[in-house]
Amino acid sequence: MSEKHYLQQLEAQTIYIIREAYNRIQPLGMMWSIGKDSTALLWMVRKAFFGKVPFKLILLDTEMELPEVYEFRDKYTKEWDLDVHNELCPPESEMDPTLPPATRAAARKTEGLKNLLKRDQYKGIIGGIRRDEQSMRAKERVFSPRSIDGSWDFKDQPAEFWDQYKCEIPQGCHLRIHPILHWTELDIWRYTRMENIPIVPLYLARNGKRYRSLGEKNITFPVDSNASTIDEIIEELQTTKTPERAGRSMDNEREDSFETLRASGYM
Amino acid sequence: MSEPLHLPLRIVIVGHVDHGKSTLIGRMLNDTGALPESKVRELEAAAKGRGVPFEWSFLLDSFQAERDQAITIDTTQIRFKHGVREFVIIDAPGHKEFLKNMISGAAAADAAVLIVDAAEGVREQTKRHAYLLHLLGLKQVVVAINKMDRINFDHGKFEALVQELKEYLHTLGVRPTAFIPIAARDGDNLANASTRMDWYKGKTLLDQLHVFERFGAPVALPLRFPVQDVYRVDEKRILVGRIESGVLRKGDKVLFSPTNETATVTDIVSWPDRHDKAFELKAGEVFGVTLDQPIFVERGHIGSHAEHAPMLTNVFRTSLFWLSKNPLRVGNSYKVRFGTTETAVTVQSIDKVVDTDDLKQTEQAKEVVKNAVAEVTLRAGQLIAVDSYSDNHKTGRFVLVEGADIVGGGLISMEGYADQRRLMQPKSENIYAVDHLTDADARAQKLGHYGGVFWFTGLSGAGKSTLAMLAEKALFERGYHAYVLDGDNVRHGLNKDLGFSPDDRAENIRRVGEVSALMADAGIVCITAFISPYRADRDRARSASPRHFNEIYIKANIETCEKRDPKGLYVKARKGLITEFTGIDSPYEAPENPEMVVDTEVNSVEVCVKQIVDYIEAAVSLKKKRENIIAA
Repeated sequence: MSEKHYLQQLEAQTIYIIREAYNRIQPLGMMWSIGKDSTALLWMVRKAFFGKVPFKLILLDTEMELPEVYEFRDKYTKEWDLDVHNELCPPESEMDPTLPPATRAAARKTEGLKNLLKRDQYKGIIGGIRRDEQSMRAKERVFSPRSIDGSWDFKDQPAEFWDQYKCEIPQGCHLRIHPILHWTELDIWRYTRMENIPIVPLYLARNGKRYRSLGEKNITFPVDSNASTIDEIIEELQTTKTPERAGRSMDNEREDSFETLRASGYM
Repeated sequence: MSEPLHLPLRIVIVGHVDHGKSTLIGRMLNDTGALPESKVRELEAAAKGRGVPFEWSFLLDSFQAERDQAITIDTTQIRFKHGVREFVIIDAPGHKEFLKNMISGAAAADAAVLIVDAAEGVREQTKRHAYLLHLLGLKQVVVAINKMDRINFDHGKFEALVQELKEYLHTLGVRPTAFIPIAARDGDNLANASTRMDWYKGKTLLDQLHVFERFGAPVALPLRFPVQDVYRVDEKRILVGRIESGVLRKGDKVLFSPTNETATVTDIVSWPDRHDKAFELKAGEVFGVTLDQPIFVERGHIGSHAEHAPMLTNVFRTSLFWLSKNPLRVGNSYKVRFGTTETAVTVQSIDKVVDTDDLKQTEQAKEVVKNAVAEVTLRAGQLIAVDSYSDNHKTGRFVLVEGADIVGGGLISMEGYADQRRLMQPKSENIYAVDHLTDADARAQKLGHYGGVFWFTGLSGAGKSTLAMLAEKALFERGYHAYVLDGDNVRHGLNKDLGFSPDDRAENIRRVGEVSALMADAGIVCITAFISPYRADRDRARSASPRHFNEIYIKANIETCEKRDPKGLYVKARKGLITEFTGIDSPYEAPENPEMVVDTEVNSVEVCVKQIVDYIEAAVSLKKKRENIIAA
């Protein structure tokens, strides 16, 4: 099938999930990290609701994002008429001191998210994670329940088949909804190109380096690359064997770093 | 723009615990060059750190907990590319406790690999998984006979095992495309042909997978488009959802079930506005459409063409698998979900239970226990629109929900049942409804609230009349136009020709149902206080005002009511002075799925009244959400 038809099928599944979440779960919010995945997802949310975004977008802000990220947020919040909530995360000094340094820095977002959930009583949080990113995320359900403390019981997940999702959860718990779980990194770039979705320019190579995955400036690093256009990124990804999150130091500090983060509520 | 792309072929790998599923996957990923360079090194280091030999299965079991227990514990999905083809491997667990994960994986698959240990042969889960592949409708199955090294790559032993497996699988209705001898740990016959089994001339496992196809959405079947939601966007009412089968074109006249309403599709709406606007939608596509008529349509209604409509029924037969620790029993109620429809059902009969270990069948069983498979007849409280699985595999399947959990799934069979759509036609043909020139929204704006029927049901002495009158007073004082239809009052006038025989009771309730529907239409908050002991009668009252009917169960048990006995009726009934008294010598069928339950045994009158008033206020509020208003 053509690239267009292929991407439209992925998109249809995503839009179906977004609308399902909106119908079944209130109040609902969406994580917008300003990265390529959640921005592509936001684009599909706008498609699902005919140009509008009927819920809050949430940025978990550690004040350590790269300046280009904040610029992008401000520009499109205005241009797309978005309701963006900037949630300031608690400082690193309040995190578990036994965690390795980068994992500790990443844990700030988990805590920020917990504060937000507690205060605003969200029942559903839409997030732009994908199965192919990381083996922990490959285990995810599309509608994934989280307990009161935000933790994920990956050993006892609900049955999920035939596009029927778990929508009812106890008081105080919430659901993470993952509408692009079935997409790959390459799919996202092809879709971004087809739909002409804007991206933070840091993804494009300058002086032999580019960001493949965007995170806070203290724990994310650019990788070697000469891909300075989306076409070149797509070409690069078809041959590379370097994992997407190679520039994310918290994933690689200890064998179970990311697992520990995820189980305690990290996106 | 570039080379053609294909959605990946989804493969589920099933089989008995320890027969080598994770090893097969790990090794196959390695041999196809799908692994990032660092991954194997990372796992080798981890194994060394733990002082154990490296295993290919570590790759999948990359959870701490899994490595420690040495079993796979949840479904995981891994993608890889081989040649021009993309694959997604869905790894299903081999541990007996985790059948729901296996189904969560296998239900989405296009093809299956059933793995069998050459030395152990068919084991309990081999049978169970094979049976489920059949029930999930998976036709593309390959059997991998693993650990051939354990039988010294012996051709004769392999052939004997294949013969045994073939016979067994055929009895389940599973007809594998191929049987392949492999040694997963060493990579024999996975991506590369084995050098240790010259006698095998067939395909490698990967070559076999290349032959399988990915199923697309059924474009050639009759149109089905379940309504997922109704949006109001910039004054336009847009129905949204996904076309499950067939093709919908702009200008098509469509029939919605179960309401039996028709309208014409005036536009296919999308964003951003395209210059090459779509004029048709095919199976698999999500839609936004507008209609020419303001008919009542909501989530769960199913659109079709009139000439190929789904069946309307309140009873259907199913083949289902059961995942809950609580057995499924006759008389139990669950929610059934198919597409976007959700409705309450009761188990009418368990017609057959199949033991997946020995395929023994038990007819007329009392219960279906966890992980069993059964043929069950379900009854719904109202008419629903269904397809048989054999006619439409997208709409002919459902899940069962117990409490908040999905606990089963099954396929619908309508063989032997009549379509009840014709029963919906009015008896007299020369009746034409006259349209009012004002509508519910206009009335509501004027009155300050919508109308509604709040149907109290419960035993005599449960508190229906008392609560109805107090709620009416409270609502009235808050400015609502509320009125109570009470049993005794109605029998003095409208229904004074009726007695207490079952027929007269049914007619009594029918009239009250119709009157309350008219009152609700006129914008009144109508509360009715009748024992109304039969479900069928209450269901008929509901069908008189489907849009604003609320069944409220005023709950108190017979002992409590008899103790209260405000009218001295129980005493008379016990003495035999009154016959056919509900609860004594006439049944009370409690609501199965009421909109609200008010427990008068537990709560004080004040608390009950508050609960009722709060509920009614929310139900008739002008803000009541019949449509989701999309506003940024």
